[in-house]
Amino acid sequence: MTNTTTKATAVATPMIQREGATVDLRNVVKDYAGHRALTGVNLSIAPGEFVALLGPSGCGKTTVLRALSGLETISEGRILIDGQDVAHVPVNKRDIGMVFQAYSLFPHMTVLQNVEFGLQMRKVDAASRKARSVEALEMVGLGHLGKRYAHQLSGGQQQRVALARALVTRPRVLLLDEPLSALDAKVRVQLRDEIRRIQTDLGITTLFVTHDQEEALAVADRVAVMREGNVEQIGTPEDLYTKPATSFVATFVGLSNSVDGVLAGPTVTALGATFPLLGTGPADGPVTVYIRPEDISLATTGLAATVVASSFLGSLRRTQVRLDDGTLLFVQHDVRTRPETGEIVHLTFNGQPVAASTRAEA
Amino acid sequence: MSTVAAAAPIEHIDEHGNLLAPKLPKRPTRVGAVPSKATGTTILVITGIVFIIPLLAMVLFSLRVVGSKTAFTFDHYTAIFQPANELTYDGLFQGLVNSLGICAITVGIVLVLLLPTMLLVELRYPQLRRLLEFVCIIPITIPSIVLVVGFVPVYQVVSQIFGSYPWTLAFAIGVIVLPYAFRPIAANLAGVEVGILSEAGRSLGANWAQVLWRVILPNLRRGILSACFITIAVVLGEFTIASFASQNTFQTALLLLQQTDPYVGVIFALAALVFTFVILLIIGRFARDRKAS
Repeated sequence: MTNTTTKATAVATPMIQREGATVDLRNVVKDYAGHRALTGVNLSIAPGEFVALLGPSGCGKTTVLRALSGLETISEGRILIDGQDVAHVPVNKRDIGMVFQAYSLFPHMTVLQNVEFGLQMRKVDAASRKARSVEALEMVGLGHLGKRYAHQLSGGQQQRVALARALVTRPRVLLLDEPLSALDAKVRVQLRDEIRRIQTDLGITTLFVTHDQEEALAVADRVAVMREGNVEQIGTPEDLYTKPATSFVATFVGLSNSVDGVLAGPTVTALGATFPLLGTGPADGPVTVYIRPEDISLATTGLAATVVASSFLGSLRRTQVRLDDGTLLFVQHDVRTRPETGEIVHLTFNGQPVAASTRAEA
Repeated sequence: MSTVAAAAPIEHIDEHGNLLAPKLPKRPTRVGAVPSKATGTTILVITGIVFIIPLLAMVLFSLRVVGSKTAFTFDHYTAIFQPANELTYDGLFQGLVNSLGICAITVGIVLVLLLPTMLLVELRYPQLRRLLEFVCIIPITIPSIVLVVGFVPVYQVVSQIFGSYPWTLAFAIGVIVLPYAFRPIAANLAGVEVGILSEAGRSLGANWAQVLWRVILPNLRRGILSACFITIAVVLGEFTIASFASQNTFQTALLLLQQTDPYVGVIFALAALVFTFVILLIIGRFARDRKAS
């Protein structure tokens, strides 16, 4: 795998490379019969940037992608690619590359014919077509499988071919619609890293839709968290995790303990401890505070709690505890500490800034 | 995963105290299980005999010398091609030509009307899938004679517009073949992600015509061919409508010929059966190919 990757990188870059385009979605609204799927989405993607759209099912992330591709028309707003409004340009004229969630290789064509298809549609001569297709296949490490048919490939291989097919036309934007969700965990991670490598090599502007936050945080330059048809927050993975703008982001991205607290100026008091407030919070008064499990430690003294369950997660352990008032908290700690169910433990807080929202919002 | 717990094996110990392999309870015969090879062969032989005997009888009859029960000759076969008999068999050949013309038009109706409608429903209006299926299946539930009674006033209008030609029967037969043509195409459509493939094709720069021609139709080839072959088989076997519409088709001509020259009538009936059999074999071959792929 590593060998293939290294070799592929060395050969592939020159012919396929293209500068990324800017993408701007301005107040994009999409109405289905009686239902507003997108409520005014604004999203700007810089040339060569890798942006992930993350959100729960039904939040509109795939609709955004399909609107950008042209597979869905929009009800209102503008979609600009390199400053050109493409909202009314049909999908086959938008010059985008797309990889779908479902396996979408043409079953009656060989792998090579699949990759050549987009070039044929652009009337590229046969010699260039073949050379570019072979190169694209080598880029994804499948140069030797050109004569096979889709049903002779594994799921991971099919998605690699789909990626090569999407990239061989040197599209302005690459759209990835949950391309890894049908794959098993190991292949998913491999292909995820490979997509990121290829995207970095080619510098192609990429929009990646996923509901898997680990996937989004691992590969994207920036992640746009969507909720109910709009972008709730967009930022680097670190920003989203450490500085969530809303309670939804705080609870959706990573694991957070939601507890009651009181906000007073720049500090929040909760669970008998005082925390600095992250960013700008709501008005002073009762709030819901979001404390990350890794910001709570097991100690010999501190807030007493009873262990409810403890899970081994490989490099760390996550333990759920119950406070005397019934509040349940997750604590993330060293894997060598193994609390038993029912054991009394003590908690301390490391004083990291926490996010807070008005209690009604939570 | 089965929800029915398997019966626990019963352990046995011999007189020396050794644990014997557990005796598994006898497994009951499953209903719907694949029959044994012997049973399958028996069924095949019996079914084969039931089909072969009438066909053999027809072959023997067609070879029989007129007035003899033991002498055989190929004279009836050669007589078909003798110029002297041209007038005798002209009606039959004309009927065959008419039927082939009706076949061509009916296949055209399937390809130009049914297929695009099914694709349109699949791609744009999937909510209408059930309705389309219902409409296409209806003709199979209505006896031909009832359809014919309904067609009579329609054909009075048709003959005023197009004239009273045999090929106009294709419109009526096009309705009758709907269930047979619909099914193989629907089965093929169900096995191909037409929506995803067309979106993939369009995202790669193909327009709708290119998507249809280069992506969708090649993947529906087996279903379309099966639909066409079944259509041809149905048209060649259709008698009721042609008879009531007083048109000369292969089947109506065959009936007339049967009354004047039963030997040649049987020869053509045999030829039609063999032709249909070959068509069904080809369809079966396509079905096997589809399963294999």
